[in-house]
Amino acid sequence: MSTVVLLTVTGLGLGGLYFLVASGLSLIYGLMRVLNFAHGAFLTLGAYVGYQAGRHVGGGASWSAFTVMLIVGTATGALLALLTELLLVRRLYERVIEQVLVTVGVGLGLVALVNGTWGADARPFPAPAWMGRTTTMLGARIPNNRLVCIAVAGAVLVGLLALLNRTHHGLIIRAGVENRTMVSALGIDVQRSFTAVFVIGGAAAGLGGVLAALYNGSVTPGMGDSLLIFAFIVVVIGGLGSISGSAVAALVVALLQQFTNYYGVSGLGDFVVVLALAGVLLVRPAGLFGRAA
Amino acid sequence: MTGRRVAVIAGGVVLLALLPELRLTIPGVLPGPTSSAGSLQLLAVCLLIGALAVTYDLLFGLAGLLSFGHALFFGTGCYVFALAVERWHLPLLVAALFTLAVGSATALVVGAVSLRVRDISFAMVTLAFAQAGSLLVYRNFGGYTGGEEGLGLSGTRLPGWLVGVGNTKNLYWLALAIAVLVYAKVVWVSRTRAGRMMAAVRENDLRVQVIGVRPYVVRLMAFVASGALATMVGMGYVLVAGGANPQVTTPAFTLSLLVMVVLGGAGALWGAMLGGVLYTLLDQRLAVLASSSAITSLPAVLRVPLSQPLFLLGTLFVLVVLFLPGGLAGALRRFRHHRAAARGLAIEPAPAAAEDEARVA
Repeated sequence: MSTVVLLTVTGLGLGGLYFLVASGLSLIYGLMRVLNFAHGAFLTLGAYVGYQAGRHVGGGASWSAFTVMLIVGTATGALLALLTELLLVRRLYERVIEQVLVTVGVGLGLVALVNGTWGADARPFPAPAWMGRTTTMLGARIPNNRLVCIAVAGAVLVGLLALLNRTHHGLIIRAGVENRTMVSALGIDVQRSFTAVFVIGGAAAGLGGVLAALYNGSVTPGMGDSLLIFAFIVVVIGGLGSISGSAVAALVVALLQQFTNYYGVSGLGDFVVVLALAGVLLVRPAGLFGRAA
Repeated sequence: MTGRRVAVIAGGVVLLALLPELRLTIPGVLPGPTSSAGSLQLLAVCLLIGALAVTYDLLFGLAGLLSFGHALFFGTGCYVFALAVERWHLPLLVAALFTLAVGSATALVVGAVSLRVRDISFAMVTLAFAQAGSLLVYRNFGGYTGGEEGLGLSGTRLPGWLVGVGNTKNLYWLALAIAVLVYAKVVWVSRTRAGRMMAAVRENDLRVQVIGVRPYVVRLMAFVASGALATMVGMGYVLVAGGANPQVTTPAFTLSLLVMVVLGGAGALWGAMLGGVLYTLLDQRLAVLASSSAITSLPAVLRVPLSQPLFLLGTLFVLVVLFLPGGLAGALRRFRHHRAAARGLAIEPAPAAAEDEARVA
């Protein structure tokens, strides 16, 4: 029983990370039809810059340092996304393939910069001592950092849903996902929503980077790209453009992975996830929450 | 294809075939004279990666399918062939046919599933399949793939003419033969009725349906043809590199293929070939440059970016996408066009150029 609880909570924590990456991807794609391959690099840089900033605050292993890391990581992701959108993606609107290509180039370049600056080896990620301890829930000893991942991802989900469903900007974004041409025809500047969505996505990725570093206990240059692949799977299973779809799919994928890795052969979970993707595509090509294209 | 173009290509192939006997030195590009084993090995890799870029261009440039899973088929070629020769002790030709069959079957299954979705979803699904393949190789289930170490060919199972530094010449010729074969095959495919259909589904799906052809089948044909050819190139790569290394199975490797094709010019086969060769040379030589004293003595602000080949290639790639649509091949075509126009010759634009302009407009 305690194993099941532990696996479930760990899976939820991992699902939280997937959601942080996938929500931005899904929103950006839903509104702009841009598949952002630089998203993984935003995450990696968010983690590294946050890590660097946090180390200047009391050695890094304190709550104030962790707060600084979260803020700096989020800001880094947002800033990178803003620059990418303004300088590159904006110049190529309506040219879908070229936009993907540009983000691929940005992703390659940024990860190479991280490699050059911090080195290719993993670096231990400092965290407050409480994070390394466990909390006993239903007889299972749960590492606290998993709980933090779940809490933060949950807060982001609630925030995003509130933004989309309760605010004027959210209304425009939802309308834009639905029918972009019609929104522009009504005289609304969709371009501004594009920038906003890109920045929100980048911020979520940067935040996800710091949390992923906490979850893994280290930062590596490849961390973003390995999460990005599972985030792609999550986005396709959940249905492109749907935040709730991403949230549900993130949990399904992460739990499936955790349980298969534990009860099956270690590493098998990653294949099962790909099989699940194939299965979903055969039954519902538009994803669980997506509308048929 | 005009007679002149055939003559140029034939001349180029003959020149390439003679390189091992010519002892040319190209300072800064090759590590030694063209007859040296190091240079021949590098050139052979360049030719094979160029050929691989051509197979990717069949998918991306001709059929308009943005796949992120091409490494899967190249990797299948590498690993299945290495296993067949080294573990299962199959004769070389049988091993090659077996690998080709496995590669084609994988392409058929993966293509049949992923082509159920279009465009960006298709890109993501192919990426997921390739990632699964890459994990399979890295996790080393059952000890077949050797994990991070890769799978080396010991040479005891290979015919003598393919083994040893002294025979690098033969490997180079083998690579050249594979490159020519793949190139010719892709040109041939693009000229058949099926090839025309592939271009048609890229341009206008609906019109193809109206003619009574199922675009799904046409796309699947392109996917399988391209996957099978990539498997073939993979086998050559194993022989030249002396084994299979896991890096070629990663999604990052497929991304580099995409970079090559776009740098050279998507849709122009010689452009893809050129892109593949240039990328491989640049990647290799920029890494050598990065450790040179000219770079290591620079201040960190300049040294860090300049010492990362992927940073330079990524930047170059972004610039090409922004400012050089059609890549190198497109630039050359425009240059010729302008020159001809300046001379006052009213020439017909090549069909491919007209297409490009229509797409840009």
